Amino acid sequence: MNEIFRLVEAGCATAVAGFARLVTGVRGEWRGCGPDARRRVYFANHRSHGDFVLIWTVLPATLRRITRPVAGADYWLKGRLRRFVGERVFHAVLIDRNPLTREADPIATMAAALDGASLILFPEGTRNTTEEQLLPFKSGLYHLAKARPDVEFVPVWIENLNRVMPKGEIVPIPLLCSVTVGAPVALGADEDKAAFLERSRNALLALAPRAALAPPTAPAPQMAPARQNGADR
Amino acid sequence: MTTAQQSLALFAGVVAVLVVASLAGFWLARRYAADGPNPTIENLNGRIKAWWWMVALIGLAFAAGKAGVIVLFAFASLAALREFITLTPTRRGDHVALAFAFFVVLPLQYYLIWIDWYGLYAIFIPVYVFLLLPIIAALRQDTENFMGRVAETQWGLMICVYCISHVPALVGLSIPGYEGRNLLLIAFLVLVVQSSDVLQYVWGKLAGRHRIAPLLSPSKTVEGFVGGVASATLLGACLWWITPFSPWQAALVALLINLMGFCGGLVMSAIKRDRGVKDWGWMIEGHGGVLDRLDSVIFAAPIYFHMIRYWWTD
Repeated sequence: MNEIFRLVEAGCATAVAGFARLVTGVRGEWRGCGPDARRRVYFANHRSHGDFVLIWTVLPATLRRITRPVAGADYWLKGRLRRFVGERVFHAVLIDRNPLTREADPIATMAAALDGASLILFPEGTRNTTEEQLLPFKSGLYHLAKARPDVEFVPVWIENLNRVMPKGEIVPIPLLCSVTVGAPVALGADEDKAAFLERSRNALLALAPRAALAPPTAPAPQMAPARQNGADR
Repeated sequence: MTTAQQSLALFAGVVAVLVVASLAGFWLARRYAADGPNPTIENLNGRIKAWWWMVALIGLAFAAGKAGVIVLFAFASLAALREFITLTPTRRGDHVALAFAFFVVLPLQYYLIWIDWYGLYAIFIPVYVFLLLPIIAALRQDTENFMGRVAETQWGLMICVYCISHVPALVGLSIPGYEGRNLLLIAFLVLVVQSSDVLQYVWGKLAGRHRIAPLLSPSKTVEGFVGGVASATLLGACLWWITPFSPWQAALVALLINLMGFCGGLVMSAIKRDRGVKDWGWMIEGHGGVLDRLDSVIFAAPIYFHMIRYWWTD
Protein backbone atom coordinates (compact mmCIF):
# COMPACT_ATOMS: atom_id res chain seq x y z
CA MET A 1 0.00 0.00 0.00
CA ASN A 2 2.78 2.40 0.94
CA GLU A 3 4.45 1.57 -2.34
CA ILE A 4 1.33 2.65 -4.21
CA PHE A 5 1.14 5.90 -2.25
CA ARG A 6 4.75 6.64 -3.03
CA LEU A 7 4.14 5.97 -6.72
CA VAL A 8 1.14 8.32 -6.72
CA GLU A 9 3.20 11.01 -4.97
CA ALA A 10 6.08 10.61 -7.39
CA GLY A 11 3.61 10.67 -10.28
CA CYS A 12 2.12 13.92 -8.98
CA ALA A 13 5.59 15.44 -8.67
CA THR A 14 6.49 14.52 -12.26
CA ALA A 15 3.13 15.82 -13.49
CA VAL A 16 3.59 19.16 -11.71
CA ALA A 17 7.10 19.57 -13.14
CA GLY A 18 5.86 18.54 -16.59
CA PHE A 19 3.03 21.05 -16.46
CA ALA A 20 5.42 23.82 -15.40
CA ARG A 21 7.69 22.96 -18.31
CA LEU A 22 4.77 22.93 -20.74
CA VAL A 23 3.50 26.38 -19.73
CA THR A 24 6.83 28.16 -19.25
CA GLY A 25 9.16 26.26 -21.59
CA VAL A 26 11.61 26.78 -18.72
CA ARG A 27 15.30 26.62 -19.48
CA GLY A 28 17.77 25.90 -16.70
CA GLU A 29 21.18 27.44 -17.08
CA TRP A 30 23.84 26.00 -14.75
CA ARG A 31 26.20 28.93 -14.94
CA GLY A 32 28.22 28.65 -11.74
CA CYS A 33 28.02 24.94 -10.95
CA GLY A 34 26.48 21.74 -12.30
CA PRO A 35 23.70 19.59 -10.88
CA ASP A 36 25.20 17.58 -8.04
CA ALA A 37 23.88 15.23 -5.36
CA ARG A 38 25.96 16.85 -2.57
CA ARG A 39 24.01 18.73 0.12
CA ARG A 40 23.08 22.21 -0.99
CA VAL A 41 20.87 25.12 -0.10
CA TYR A 42 19.52 26.70 -3.28
CA PHE A 43 18.50 30.24 -2.37
CA ALA A 44 16.30 32.10 -4.84
CA ASN A 45 14.25 35.23 -5.47
CA HIS A 46 10.60 34.78 -4.59
CA ARG A 47 7.78 36.36 -6.57
CA SER A 48 5.34 33.55 -7.22
CA HIS A 49 3.90 30.47 -5.53
CA GLY A 50 5.29 28.45 -8.41
CA ASP A 51 8.90 29.50 -7.80
CA PHE A 52 10.24 26.34 -6.25
CA VAL A 53 8.32 24.17 -8.72
CA LEU A 54 10.30 25.88 -11.44
CA ILE A 55 13.62 25.21 -9.67
CA TRP A 56 12.49 21.65 -9.20
CA THR A 57 11.63 21.37 -12.88
CA VAL A 58 15.15 22.19 -13.99
CA LEU A 59 16.71 19.74 -11.52
CA PRO A 60 17.37 16.24 -12.88
CA ALA A 61 14.68 13.81 -11.63
CA THR A 62 17.16 12.01 -9.36
CA LEU A 63 17.98 15.27 -7.56
CA ARG A 64 14.34 16.34 -7.45
CA ARG A 65 13.61 13.52 -5.04
CA ILE A 66 16.26 14.73 -2.57
CA THR A 67 15.60 18.47 -2.81
CA ARG A 68 12.96 19.92 -0.48
CA PRO A 69 11.52 23.44 -0.43
CA VAL A 70 11.35 25.39 2.79
CA ALA A 71 7.87 26.88 3.11
CA GLY A 72 5.55 28.63 5.53
CA ALA A 73 3.48 26.22 7.61
CA ASP A 74 0.67 28.78 7.86
CA TYR A 75 0.09 28.51 4.11
CA TRP A 76 0.75 24.84 3.44
CA LEU A 77 -1.16 23.33 6.34
CA LYS A 78 -4.40 25.05 5.37
CA GLY A 79 -6.82 22.61 3.76
CA ARG A 80 -6.43 18.93 2.87
CA LEU A 81 -5.28 19.33 -0.73
CA ARG A 82 -2.65 21.91 0.14
CA ARG A 83 -1.45 19.74 2.99
CA PHE A 84 -1.21 16.69 0.72
CA VAL A 85 0.66 18.65 -1.96
CA GLY A 86 2.95 20.40 0.53
CA GLU A 87 3.83 17.42 2.66
CA ARG A 88 3.56 14.42 0.36
CA VAL A 89 4.27 15.71 -3.15
CA PHE A 90 6.76 18.51 -2.50
CA HIS A 91 8.06 17.09 0.83
CA ALA A 92 8.27 20.68 2.04
CA VAL A 93 10.18 21.52 5.21
CA LEU A 94 7.48 23.52 6.97
CA ILE A 95 8.49 26.46 9.10
CA ASP A 96 6.23 28.35 11.46
CA ARG A 97 6.87 31.94 10.45
CA ASN A 98 5.26 33.42 13.54
CA PRO A 99 7.87 33.74 16.33
CA LEU A 100 5.14 33.92 18.99
CA THR A 101 3.43 30.62 18.27
CA ARG A 102 6.29 28.48 17.00
CA GLU A 103 7.49 25.52 18.98
CA ALA A 104 10.61 24.63 17.00
CA ASP A 105 13.56 26.82 16.03
CA PRO A 106 13.35 27.13 12.21
CA ILE A 107 17.15 27.13 11.83
CA ALA A 108 17.38 23.86 13.78
CA THR A 109 14.57 22.38 11.65
CA MET A 110 16.32 23.32 8.41
CA ALA A 111 19.75 22.22 9.64
CA ALA A 112 18.31 18.84 10.59
CA ALA A 113 16.52 18.48 7.25
CA LEU A 114 19.87 19.03 5.50
CA ASP A 115 21.00 15.65 6.84
CA GLY A 116 18.70 13.91 4.39
CA ALA A 117 18.15 16.39 1.57
CA SER A 118 19.13 19.59 -0.17
CA LEU A 119 16.88 22.60 0.44
CA ILE A 120 15.31 25.37 -1.60
CA LEU A 121 15.10 28.57 0.43
CA PHE A 122 13.69 32.03 -0.26
CA PRO A 123 15.78 34.34 1.92
CA GLU A 124 13.55 37.36 1.34
CA GLY A 125 11.22 35.62 3.79
CA THR A 126 8.09 36.40 1.83
CA ARG A 127 6.89 36.83 -1.72
CA ASN A 128 8.12 40.02 -3.31
CA THR A 129 5.10 41.89 -4.68
CA THR A 130 6.88 45.23 -4.95
CA GLU A 131 8.52 46.82 -7.98
CA GLU A 132 11.91 46.18 -6.34
CA GLN A 133 13.97 43.51 -8.07
CA LEU A 134 14.90 41.79 -4.82
CA LEU A 135 13.98 42.51 -1.20
CA PRO A 136 16.62 42.59 1.60
CA PHE A 137 17.46 39.12 2.93
CA LYS A 138 16.24 37.91 6.31
CA SER A 139 18.95 36.62 8.62
CA GLY A 140 17.96 32.94 8.32
CA LEU A 141 20.39 32.31 5.48
CA TYR A 142 23.31 33.48 7.63
CA HIS A 143 22.32 31.44 10.68
CA LEU A 144 21.86 28.35 8.52
CA ALA A 145 25.26 28.88 6.90
CA LYS A 146 26.78 29.16 10.35
CA ALA A 147 25.01 26.02 11.60
CA ARG A 148 25.93 23.95 8.52
CA PRO A 149 29.36 25.04 7.19
CA ASP A 150 29.56 21.72 5.29
CA VAL A 151 26.72 22.72 2.95
CA GLU A 152 27.00 24.65 -0.35
CA PHE A 153 24.87 27.80 -0.68
CA VAL A 154 23.90 28.21 -4.31
CA PRO A 155 22.13 31.33 -5.70
CA VAL A 156 19.30 30.69 -8.19
CA TRP A 157 17.59 33.45 -10.18
CA ILE A 158 14.05 32.82 -11.40
CA GLU A 159 13.00 35.09 -14.26
CA ASN A 160 9.52 35.96 -15.48
CA LEU A 161 7.40 33.53 -13.44
CA ASN A 162 5.68 36.43 -11.68
CA ARG A 163 4.28 37.47 -15.05
CA VAL A 164 2.91 33.99 -15.74
CA MET A 165 0.63 34.24 -12.73
CA PRO A 166 0.68 37.56 -10.87
CA LYS A 167 -0.69 37.76 -7.36
CA GLY A 168 -4.45 37.47 -7.27
CA GLU A 169 -4.88 35.94 -10.75
CA ILE A 170 -6.16 32.42 -11.31
CA VAL A 171 -5.35 31.70 -14.94
CA PRO A 172 -1.66 31.24 -15.80
CA ILE A 173 -0.46 32.88 -19.03
CA PRO A 174 2.09 30.89 -21.02
CA LEU A 175 5.33 32.87 -21.02
CA LEU A 176 8.93 31.74 -21.29
CA CYS A 177 10.78 31.53 -17.98
CA SER A 178 14.39 30.86 -17.14
CA VAL A 179 16.22 29.61 -14.08
CA THR A 180 19.89 30.57 -13.70
CA VAL A 181 22.09 28.77 -11.18
CA GLY A 182 25.18 30.62 -9.94
CA ALA A 183 28.39 29.63 -8.20
CA PRO A 184 28.19 28.53 -4.54
CA VAL A 185 28.72 31.21 -1.87
CA ALA A 186 30.56 30.13 1.29
CA LEU A 187 30.50 31.90 4.66
CA GLY A 188 33.93 33.41 5.38
CA ALA A 189 35.77 32.47 8.60
CA ASP A 190 35.27 35.88 10.21
CA GLU A 191 32.49 37.26 8.03
CA ASP A 192 29.67 38.95 9.95
CA LYS A 193 25.97 38.64 9.28
CA ALA A 194 25.45 41.87 7.32
CA ALA A 195 28.45 41.22 5.06
CA PHE A 196 27.41 37.63 4.26
CA LEU A 197 23.80 38.59 3.56
CA GLU A 198 24.93 41.46 1.34
CA ARG A 199 27.39 39.26 -0.55
CA SER A 200 24.93 36.43 -1.13
CA ARG A 201 22.24 38.90 -2.20
CA ASN A 202 24.62 40.46 -4.72
CA ALA A 203 25.56 36.99 -5.99
CA LEU A 204 21.87 36.36 -6.63
CA LEU A 205 21.28 39.75 -8.28
CA ALA A 206 24.25 39.18 -10.58
CA LEU A 207 22.33 36.32 -12.20
CA ALA A 208 19.36 38.48 -13.23
CA PRO A 209 19.17 39.02 -16.98
CA ARG A 210 19.29 42.48 -18.55
CA ALA A 211 16.59 44.91 -17.55
CA ALA A 212 15.20 44.75 -21.09
CA LEU A 213 13.09 41.72 -20.21
CA ALA A 214 11.66 43.14 -17.02
CA PRO A 215 8.62 45.37 -17.20
CA PRO A 216 9.70 49.01 -16.91
CA THR A 217 9.28 50.39 -13.43
CA ALA A 218 9.37 53.96 -14.63
CA PRO A 219 7.71 55.30 -17.79
CA ALA A 220 9.95 54.69 -20.77
CA PRO A 221 11.86 57.80 -21.87
CA GLN A 222 9.91 59.59 -24.57
CA MET A 223 11.60 60.95 -27.66
CA ALA A 224 15.36 61.24 -27.35
CA PRO A 225 16.34 64.93 -27.18
CA ALA A 226 19.09 64.43 -29.78
CA ARG A 227 16.46 63.95 -32.46
CA GLN A 228 15.19 67.50 -32.13
CA ASN A 229 17.82 68.75 -34.54
CA GLY A 230 17.02 66.03 -37.02
CA ALA A 231 20.21 64.21 -36.00
CA ASP A 232 20.00 60.47 -36.59
CA ARG A 233 21.42 59.16 -33.38
CA MET B 1 1.00 11.16 -60.29
CA THR B 2 -1.73 11.25 -57.67
CA THR B 3 -1.64 13.83 -54.86
CA ALA B 4 -0.46 11.22 -52.36
CA GLN B 5 2.34 10.19 -54.71
CA GLN B 6 3.34 13.81 -55.21
CA SER B 7 3.42 14.38 -51.44
CA LEU B 8 5.54 11.27 -50.96
CA ALA B 9 7.88 12.34 -53.74
CA LEU B 10 8.28 15.76 -52.09
CA PHE B 11 9.01 14.26 -48.70
CA ALA B 12 11.44 11.79 -50.21
CA GLY B 13 13.24 14.73 -51.80
CA VAL B 14 13.38 16.65 -48.53
CA VAL B 15 14.62 13.60 -46.63
CA ALA B 16 17.29 13.03 -49.27
CA VAL B 17 18.48 16.64 -48.85
CA LEU B 18 18.53 16.19 -45.06
CA VAL B 19 20.52 12.98 -45.36
CA VAL B 20 23.11 14.75 -47.51
CA ALA B 21 23.17 17.71 -45.08
CA SER B 22 23.58 15.41 -42.07
CA LEU B 23 26.44 13.54 -43.76
CA ALA B 24 28.11 16.83 -44.68
CA GLY B 25 27.68 18.10 -41.12
CA PHE B 26 29.11 14.88 -39.72
CA TRP B 27 32.06 15.10 -42.10
CA LEU B 28 32.72 18.77 -41.18
CA ALA B 29 32.59 17.95 -37.46
CA ARG B 30 35.13 15.14 -37.92
CA ARG B 31 37.34 17.09 -40.30
CA TYR B 32 37.71 20.00 -37.85
CA ALA B 33 37.46 18.02 -34.61
CA ALA B 34 41.20 18.41 -33.97
CA ASP B 35 40.89 22.25 -33.88
CA GLY B 36 38.74 22.08 -30.77
CA PRO B 37 35.04 22.95 -30.47
CA ASN B 38 33.76 24.93 -33.44
CA PRO B 39 30.57 26.89 -32.63
CA THR B 40 29.61 27.37 -36.30
CA ILE B 41 29.75 23.65 -37.06
CA GLU B 42 27.99 22.74 -33.81
CA ASN B 43 25.25 25.24 -34.62
CA LEU B 44 24.99 23.87 -38.16
CA ASN B 45 24.56 20.32 -36.88
CA GLY B 46 22.05 21.52 -34.28
CA ARG B 47 20.08 23.17 -37.06
CA ILE B 48 20.13 20.06 -39.23
CA LYS B 49 18.96 17.92 -36.30
CA ALA B 50 16.12 20.35 -35.64
CA TRP B 51 15.16 20.19 -39.32
CA TRP B 52 14.66 16.44 -38.98
CA TRP B 53 12.20 17.07 -36.17
CA MET B 54 10.38 19.82 -38.03
CA VAL B 55 10.07 17.76 -41.21
CA ALA B 56 8.81 14.80 -39.16
CA LEU B 57 6.18 17.02 -37.50
CA ILE B 58 5.00 18.49 -40.79
CA GLY B 59 4.93 14.99 -42.29
CA LEU B 60 2.71 13.76 -39.45
CA ALA B 61 0.42 16.78 -39.80
CA PHE B 62 0.10 16.21 -43.56
CA ALA B 63 -0.73 12.57 -42.96
CA ALA B 64 -3.56 13.67 -40.67
CA GLY B 65 -4.85 16.08 -43.34
CA LYS B 66 -6.68 19.34 -42.67
CA ALA B 67 -7.12 18.72 -38.93
CA GLY B 68 -3.43 17.85 -38.54
CA VAL B 69 -2.28 20.99 -40.30
CA ILE B 70 -4.64 23.21 -38.29
CA VAL B 71 -3.50 21.69 -34.98
CA LEU B 72 0.19 21.98 -35.96
CA PHE B 73 -0.06 25.67 -36.86
CA ALA B 74 -2.30 26.45 -33.89
CA PHE B 75 0.47 25.16 -31.64
CA ALA B 76 3.06 27.07 -33.66
CA SER B 77 0.95 30.19 -33.05
CA LEU B 78 0.78 29.42 -29.34
CA ALA B 79 4.55 29.00 -29.09
CA ALA B 80 5.16 32.11 -31.20
CA LEU B 81 2.77 34.27 -29.18
CA ARG B 82 4.39 33.02 -25.98
CA GLU B 83 7.78 34.14 -27.26
CA PHE B 84 6.41 37.47 -28.45
CA ILE B 85 4.58 38.37 -25.23
CA THR B 86 7.61 37.27 -23.16
CA LEU B 87 9.59 40.07 -24.80
CA THR B 88 6.74 42.59 -24.46
CA PRO B 89 6.79 44.70 -21.30
CA THR B 90 3.24 43.94 -20.19
CA ARG B 91 1.98 44.77 -16.72
CA ARG B 92 -0.26 43.08 -14.19
CA GLY B 93 -3.17 45.06 -15.58
CA ASP B 94 -2.81 43.18 -18.88
CA HIS B 95 -3.34 39.77 -17.38
CA VAL B 96 -7.00 39.35 -18.38
CA ALA B 97 -6.39 40.79 -21.84
CA LEU B 98 -3.49 38.35 -22.32
CA ALA B 99 -5.52 35.39 -21.06
CA PHE B 100 -8.18 36.45 -23.59
CA ALA B 101 -5.57 36.57 -26.36
CA PHE B 102 -4.13 33.14 -25.56
CA PHE B 103 -7.23 31.19 -24.60
CA VAL B 104 -10.05 32.82 -26.60
CA VAL B 105 -8.66 34.64 -29.63
CA LEU B 106 -6.13 32.01 -30.69
CA PRO B 107 -8.45 28.96 -30.51
CA LEU B 108 -11.33 30.89 -32.07
CA GLN B 109 -9.23 32.03 -35.04
CA TYR B 110 -8.24 28.42 -35.77
CA TYR B 111 -11.82 27.24 -35.25
CA LEU B 112 -12.95 29.77 -37.87
CA ILE B 113 -10.29 28.36 -40.21
CA TRP B 114 -11.58 24.85 -39.46
CA ILE B 115 -15.19 25.74 -40.36
CA ASP B 116 -13.85 27.69 -43.32
CA TRP B 117 -15.65 30.95 -42.51
CA TYR B 118 -13.46 33.26 -44.57
CA GLY B 119 -15.69 36.32 -44.03
CA LEU B 120 -15.03 36.21 -40.32
CA TYR B 121 -11.49 34.85 -39.94
CA ALA B 122 -10.19 37.51 -42.33
CA ILE B 123 -11.43 40.32 -40.07
CA PHE B 124 -11.78 38.72 -36.63
CA ILE B 125 -8.42 39.88 -35.24
CA PRO B 126 -7.95 43.09 -37.29
CA VAL B 127 -11.44 44.38 -36.42
CA TYR B 128 -13.15 42.67 -33.50
CA VAL B 129 -10.11 41.87 -31.36
CA PHE B 130 -8.61 45.24 -32.25
CA LEU B 131 -11.59 46.89 -30.56
CA LEU B 132 -12.19 44.38 -27.78
CA LEU B 133 -8.65 44.04 -26.47
CA PRO B 134 -8.18 47.70 -25.43
CA ILE B 135 -11.65 47.62 -23.84
CA ILE B 136 -10.66 44.67 -21.66
CA ALA B 137 -7.36 46.32 -20.80
CA ALA B 138 -9.04 49.66 -20.01
CA LEU B 139 -11.41 48.02 -17.55
CA ARG B 140 -8.42 47.23 -15.35
CA GLN B 141 -7.73 50.98 -15.08
CA ASP B 142 -3.95 50.72 -15.34
CA THR B 143 -3.07 53.64 -17.60
CA GLU B 144 0.71 53.43 -17.50
CA ASN B 145 2.08 53.06 -21.04
CA PHE B 146 -1.46 51.97 -21.98
CA MET B 147 -1.21 52.73 -25.69
CA GLY B 148 2.11 50.91 -26.02
CA ARG B 149 0.91 47.83 -24.18
CA VAL B 150 -2.32 47.53 -26.16
CA ALA B 151 -0.58 48.16 -29.47
CA GLU B 152 2.12 45.58 -28.82
CA THR B 153 -0.34 42.90 -27.78
CA GLN B 154 -2.43 43.55 -30.91
CA TRP B 155 0.68 43.44 -33.07
CA GLY B 156 1.71 40.16 -31.44
CA LEU B 157 -1.69 38.66 -32.24
CA MET B 158 -1.52 39.84 -35.85
CA ILE B 159 1.94 38.38 -36.33
CA CYS B 160 1.70 35.19 -34.30
CA VAL B 161 -1.94 34.20 -34.78
CA TYR B 162 -3.48 36.05 -37.73
CA CYS B 163 -0.58 35.69 -40.15
CA ILE B 164 0.38 32.15 -39.18
CA SER B 165 -3.25 31.02 -39.44
CA HIS B 166 -3.17 31.89 -43.14
CA VAL B 167 -0.97 28.85 -43.75
CA PRO B 168 -3.62 26.25 -42.80
CA ALA B 169 -6.29 28.54 -44.30
CA LEU B 170 -4.86 27.60 -47.70
CA VAL B 171 -6.57 24.22 -47.31
CA GLY B 172 -9.97 25.91 -47.58
CA LEU B 173 -9.42 27.60 -50.95
CA SER B 174 -11.35 26.06 -53.83
CA ILE B 175 -9.31 26.14 -57.02
CA PRO B 176 -10.96 24.70 -60.17
CA GLY B 177 -9.11 21.60 -61.33
CA TYR B 178 -7.02 21.47 -58.14
CA GLU B 179 -9.61 19.89 -55.82
CA GLY B 180 -8.25 17.82 -52.93
CA ARG B 181 -4.66 18.90 -53.49
CA ASN B 182 -4.53 22.05 -51.34
CA LEU B 183 -2.08 20.60 -48.84
CA LEU B 184 0.48 20.88 -51.62
CA LEU B 185 -0.03 24.67 -51.60
CA ILE B 186 1.22 24.62 -48.01
CA ALA B 187 4.11 22.37 -49.00
CA PHE B 188 5.07 24.84 -51.77
CA LEU B 189 4.95 27.85 -49.42
CA VAL B 190 6.90 26.22 -46.61
CA LEU B 191 9.45 24.54 -48.89
CA VAL B 192 10.19 27.63 -50.97
CA VAL B 193 10.34 30.15 -48.12
CA GLN B 194 12.31 27.91 -45.77
CA SER B 195 14.73 26.85 -48.48
CA SER B 196 15.19 30.56 -49.21
CA ASP B 197 16.23 31.03 -45.56
CA VAL B 198 18.57 28.04 -45.72
CA LEU B 199 20.03 29.05 -49.09
CA GLN B 200 20.57 32.64 -47.91
CA TYR B 201 22.45 31.17 -44.95
CA VAL B 202 24.51 28.88 -47.20
CA TRP B 203 25.26 31.58 -49.82
CA GLY B 204 26.07 34.03 -47.04
CA LYS B 205 28.49 31.61 -45.38
CA LEU B 206 30.18 30.72 -48.68
CA ALA B 207 30.24 34.05 -50.54
CA GLY B 208 28.99 36.71 -48.12
CA ARG B 209 31.11 39.89 -48.21
CA HIS B 210 28.84 42.95 -47.98
CA ARG B 211 26.44 43.18 -45.10
CA ILE B 212 22.99 44.28 -46.18
CA ALA B 213 21.64 45.70 -42.90
CA PRO B 214 24.46 45.64 -40.36
CA LEU B 215 22.45 47.43 -37.70
CA LEU B 216 19.62 44.90 -37.90
CA SER B 217 21.24 41.60 -38.61
CA PRO B 218 25.00 41.06 -38.78
CA SER B 219 24.64 37.75 -40.62
CA LYS B 220 22.58 38.94 -43.60
CA THR B 221 24.68 39.80 -46.66
CA VAL B 222 23.94 41.07 -50.16
CA GLU B 223 25.49 37.93 -51.63
CA GLY B 224 23.39 35.71 -49.35
CA PHE B 225 20.23 37.65 -50.20
CA VAL B 226 20.69 37.59 -53.97
CA GLY B 227 21.98 34.01 -54.13
CA GLY B 228 19.42 32.68 -51.69
CA VAL B 229 16.38 34.39 -53.19
CA ALA B 230 17.45 33.55 -56.76
CA SER B 231 18.07 29.88 -56.06
CA ALA B 232 14.90 29.50 -53.98
CA THR B 233 12.93 31.15 -56.78
CA LEU B 234 14.43 28.64 -59.19
CA LEU B 235 13.40 25.86 -56.80
CA GLY B 236 9.87 27.30 -56.75
CA ALA B 237 9.74 27.24 -60.55
CA CYS B 238 10.93 23.62 -60.54
CA LEU B 239 8.08 22.74 -58.16
CA TRP B 240 5.35 24.08 -60.48
CA TRP B 241 4.00 20.54 -60.94
CA ILE B 242 2.63 20.43 -57.38
CA THR B 243 0.81 23.78 -57.80
CA PRO B 244 -2.00 25.21 -59.92
CA PHE B 245 0.61 27.60 -61.41
CA SER B 246 2.45 27.41 -64.71
CA PRO B 247 6.27 27.29 -64.39
CA TRP B 248 6.76 31.03 -64.90
CA GLN B 249 3.86 31.82 -62.57
CA ALA B 250 5.43 29.54 -59.96
CA ALA B 251 8.69 31.44 -60.33
CA LEU B 252 6.97 34.81 -59.86
CA VAL B 253 4.99 33.60 -56.86
CA ALA B 254 8.16 32.12 -55.36
CA LEU B 255 10.05 35.37 -55.94
CA LEU B 256 7.34 37.39 -54.23
CA ILE B 257 7.09 35.15 -51.15
CA ASN B 258 10.89 34.98 -50.91
CA LEU B 259 11.10 38.78 -50.88
CA MET B 260 8.33 38.98 -48.29
CA GLY B 261 10.13 36.33 -46.24
CA PHE B 262 13.40 38.22 -46.37
CA CYS B 263 11.69 41.45 -45.26
CA GLY B 264 9.92 39.55 -42.50
CA GLY B 265 13.30 38.43 -41.20
CA LEU B 266 14.49 42.06 -41.21
CA VAL B 267 11.42 43.34 -39.33
CA MET B 268 11.61 40.63 -36.70
CA SER B 269 15.36 41.28 -36.32
CA ALA B 270 14.63 44.96 -35.69
CA ILE B 271 12.34 43.99 -32.80
CA LYS B 272 14.95 41.63 -31.37
CA ARG B 273 17.65 44.32 -31.53
CA ASP B 274 15.33 46.75 -29.79
CA ARG B 275 14.70 44.24 -27.00
CA GLY B 276 18.39 43.38 -26.72
CA VAL B 277 18.11 39.68 -27.51
CA LYS B 278 19.70 37.48 -30.17
CA ASP B 279 16.89 34.94 -30.46
CA TRP B 280 13.19 34.89 -29.69
CA GLY B 281 13.48 31.77 -27.59
CA TRP B 282 15.17 28.40 -27.30
CA MET B 283 12.57 25.87 -28.40
CA ILE B 284 14.33 24.82 -31.62
CA GLU B 285 17.92 23.67 -31.27
CA GLY B 286 20.34 25.79 -33.30
CA HIS B 287 17.62 28.08 -34.65
CA GLY B 288 16.46 29.80 -31.46
CA GLY B 289 12.73 30.21 -31.02
CA VAL B 290 9.71 29.34 -33.13
CA LEU B 291 9.52 32.97 -34.29
CA ASP B 292 13.13 32.80 -35.47
CA ARG B 293 12.19 29.92 -37.74
CA LEU B 294 8.78 31.22 -38.83
CA ASP B 295 9.48 34.95 -39.33
CA SER B 296 9.74 34.60 -43.10
CA VAL B 297 6.67 32.34 -43.41
CA ILE B 298 4.68 34.79 -41.29
CA PHE B 299 5.25 37.66 -43.69
CA ALA B 300 4.82 35.54 -46.80
CA ALA B 301 1.70 33.56 -45.87
CA PRO B 302 -1.08 36.20 -46.04
CA ILE B 303 0.26 37.62 -49.32
CA TYR B 304 0.55 34.14 -50.84
CA PHE B 305 -2.96 33.32 -49.61
CA HIS B 306 -4.60 36.41 -51.09
CA MET B 307 -2.69 36.16 -54.33
CA ILE B 308 -3.98 32.63 -54.88
CA ARG B 309 -7.44 33.55 -53.67
CA TYR B 310 -7.67 36.49 -56.06
CA TRP B 311 -6.24 34.95 -59.21
CA TRP B 312 -6.81 31.21 -58.93
CA THR B 313 -10.04 30.54 -57.02
CA ASP B 314 -13.44 30.70 -58.65
